[in-house]
Amino acid sequence: MGYIPNTEADREAMLATIGVASSAELFEDIPASFRRPPIDLPAPLSEPEVLRLLRQLSRQNRDWECYPGFLGAGAYNHFIPSLVGHVISRSEFYTSYTPYQPEVSQGTLQTIYEYQSIICELTGMDVANASMYDGASALAEAVIMACNITKRDKVVMAPGVHPEYQQVVATYTPGLSIEIAGGAELVENQTGFAGVFDPAEAQRLVDDRTACLVVQEPNFFGCLEPVEELARVAHEHGALLIICVTEPISLGILRPPADYGADIVVGEGQALGNALNFGGPFLGMLACRERYVRQMPGRIVGATVDHDGRRGYVLTLQAREQHIRREKATSNICTNEALCALAATVYVASLGKRGLRKVAELCLQKAHYAAEQIGALPGFGLVHQAPFFEEFVVRCPLEPHQLNTELMRRGIIGGYPLGRNYLSLRDAMLFCVTEANSREEIDALVAALAEIGGGR
Amino acid sequence: MPEPLLFEIGAPGREGYSLPEPDVPTRDLDEMLPPARQRQELNLPEVAQIDLVRHFTRLSQQNFSVDTSFYPLGSCTMKYNPKVNEDAARLAGFRAIHPYQPAETVQGALRLMYELQNYLASISGMAGITLQPAAGAHGELTGMLMVRAYHAARGHQRRLVLVPDSAHGTNPATAAMCGYEVATLRSNGRGGVDLDELRRLMTDEVAALMLTIPNTLGLFDENICEVASIVHSRGGLLYCDGANMNALLGQVRFADLGCDVLHFNLHKTFSTPHGGGGPGAGPVGVSQPLLPFLPVPVVGYRPEAAEGEKYFLDWDRPQSIGRVRAFYGNFGVMVRAYTYIRTLGAEGLRAVSENAVINANYLLALLKEYYDLPYQRRCMHEAVLSAKRQKAHGVRALDIAKRLIDYGLHPPTIYFPLIVEEALMIEPTETESKQTLDYFARAMIEIAEQAERNPEVVLAAPHHTPVGRLDEVAAARRPNLRWRPESKKS
Repeated sequence: MGYIPNTEADREAMLATIGVASSAELFEDIPASFRRPPIDLPAPLSEPEVLRLLRQLSRQNRDWECYPGFLGAGAYNHFIPSLVGHVISRSEFYTSYTPYQPEVSQGTLQTIYEYQSIICELTGMDVANASMYDGASALAEAVIMACNITKRDKVVMAPGVHPEYQQVVATYTPGLSIEIAGGAELVENQTGFAGVFDPAEAQRLVDDRTACLVVQEPNFFGCLEPVEELARVAHEHGALLIICVTEPISLGILRPPADYGADIVVGEGQALGNALNFGGPFLGMLACRERYVRQMPGRIVGATVDHDGRRGYVLTLQAREQHIRREKATSNICTNEALCALAATVYVASLGKRGLRKVAELCLQKAHYAAEQIGALPGFGLVHQAPFFEEFVVRCPLEPHQLNTELMRRGIIGGYPLGRNYLSLRDAMLFCVTEANSREEIDALVAALAEIGGGR
Repeated sequence: MPEPLLFEIGAPGREGYSLPEPDVPTRDLDEMLPPARQRQELNLPEVAQIDLVRHFTRLSQQNFSVDTSFYPLGSCTMKYNPKVNEDAARLAGFRAIHPYQPAETVQGALRLMYELQNYLASISGMAGITLQPAAGAHGELTGMLMVRAYHAARGHQRRLVLVPDSAHGTNPATAAMCGYEVATLRSNGRGGVDLDELRRLMTDEVAALMLTIPNTLGLFDENICEVASIVHSRGGLLYCDGANMNALLGQVRFADLGCDVLHFNLHKTFSTPHGGGGPGAGPVGVSQPLLPFLPVPVVGYRPEAAEGEKYFLDWDRPQSIGRVRAFYGNFGVMVRAYTYIRTLGAEGLRAVSENAVINANYLLALLKEYYDLPYQRRCMHEAVLSAKRQKAHGVRALDIAKRLIDYGLHPPTIYFPLIVEEALMIEPTETESKQTLDYFARAMIEIAEQAERNPEVVLAAPHHTPVGRLDEVAAARRPNLRWRPESKKS
């Protein structure tokens, strides 16, 4: 079944109206030798058969509804209010498209305006766009934006920026003559890397050619950066400060980036009401100071009025965008992650000002409870001294991949082995603890680590 | 009555959700977080759950959507989104898995991705597929970065990319993001590539021609093989924008036409919902010579490996362009597309394109007496008409679009492609019945008559929406892009 309503009789009537004898005539512009090629696909399935197949595939995965997990590193497991799923399952939202016709798209437009307002409140910035693909691509776009604003071509990365985000920036920029300094190599080159960007090191790298300094907060290792000093370094040289937030729940308790001098804030919004989804769809956030709004990539919704003075919402400042400006656009982005932005809006609205604060405090408390106990286990140790939010790095007595295998054997999804990205941290694991981890789960993790480590 | 903003409803102390109390011994906050790092103020809404439910439900009712109305938005393929796909994507084993779990704990997810790569390769004939890009334009960027890497590896970086004047705006914008200059290629009198112009522009400095097939006029270029051969003869690559693939499923393989790089839009061709503007997914297929440049990781399969290790993420690709986003792509969208392909099979996909093309030509046949047809040809999956005739009466494409809303119909794409004056780009898709198309055609014909006899009713449309035509000039001149608390309003 192809979800095709027309019958053979319908088709015959339509072909007669068109004035052709068969549908084949409609494809005659295709070179004859290439028409109707064989396609190697499995035979079609009925609805119950396809659902059975998908269920079987899904059961070959160990999911977080059955197994407690302690992975973060850019994708976070939080409680999601039931309301979120119900709202984003309303097909008036999910089966519409980009709101090109505002009179019949006020639902989507107003929720985007609300989303933009929420992102501004969380970050302290003046304006936010309607969303980007994910945190990493949002960062790449922000870096390009900063180079365009400053007319400079050097980017300085803090060592604690998510390694995949750094890779994405490196992938996006080769055609644009942008030089990238700092980053992951600062982790490897420093003896006793302290988990944060040393402002003296930043001072050495940032110069008058620097368009932007990129700092992730909290950083990939979970640590809080010396953001005020880093902001000063950037601004002394006329560079913009880009703050990257991969865990927006932290903004429930941490000072908003605007307070310490961020010029552009980007990040990953998944933690706000979006499921883990094996890494996507996620939600790229991008917000900035008002003076940069016309250099922003992506869709932006604005409030206006109709001829009777009624408030309504439209896509605005479109002169930045590809469908108007073509090769002179600020970005090529078109389709973004609107439904994920809606999920984030419903999430934040459900929790409200007290609920978001409470989630953040729960994450902070539970992560510190876990870190204290894991750090005290024989053979294990916390690597960094800096304050942290919900993630922390642990030195392990055995190879982290092996440790994860042992944990999985005990029904626990472990942490992130940092050796994947850093030679100097090949014996270290990044753990994440959120409000969704119960004390029972944390205690089970600690007990399992003690048992596994004790055998060494 | 306009719906108030979230920030305008609710009251201090209201909550829409309940959270557990801490079950671990708690510490003083200041011990964990220096007070200087803690936030003092958070101006978020405080709304009761029932009021949230009503707020979002009422807002949803202000949207047209595929599930409520015929949505013939040209170039966007607003086909029906099967419900079983949604159920599949929401299975806990897909929804609640972390991208960094060990491969042996996500074999089902990796297998689904591996098979989807193969299905897309089979449909298009391309040699290799990446599922990483999050949308069509993201796929374009990925594809053109591979074009760039290909030329760099051959020792001569080229300067130019050719883009037809009928192309989507994303094509030139993508080329520019990859550091290329864009040269515009004129279309010929039949809406296709002007071969003489192509021969003139196609030099050793041209990295690629970006071509949409069928093109944005809804036409299949009869000279496609000649076009490909001219591009290849000067060492260039043929980039194909697959936004309109719904016309060609099972009818022709892009690889056979000489395509080197191709992006798919899973949210158009493969029935995944558009989400009010995403998430989509924009996988990219490449020909053999471009395989080494695919983004990392790709999903691999080794039948000889032990159970739990057969499907794996292949990072060992030294010439890869890198990665275009974190993790592996919009997996939830892939699950839906996979479900769709398994439901339809090869013959089902062929029926999709056949019916999509019949539906578009049927509308074309019904409407061509009443609206100008810029190119006297049959179309593929979409029909591009012009409101030139109506413009003479002061009624423009925009007015016709707004008047369709009064009939409960979503307007077609308007003013695109740019080379057609007062363009109306109508894509019915295969999932609409003859009755729906007849109703749409009757509405279009009535509007054409109204344009002549009673233009005021068209010019004042829409008449029954929550808001009338909005002042877009004011919106851009004095941008109001967020709610602000009373105290901070400027």
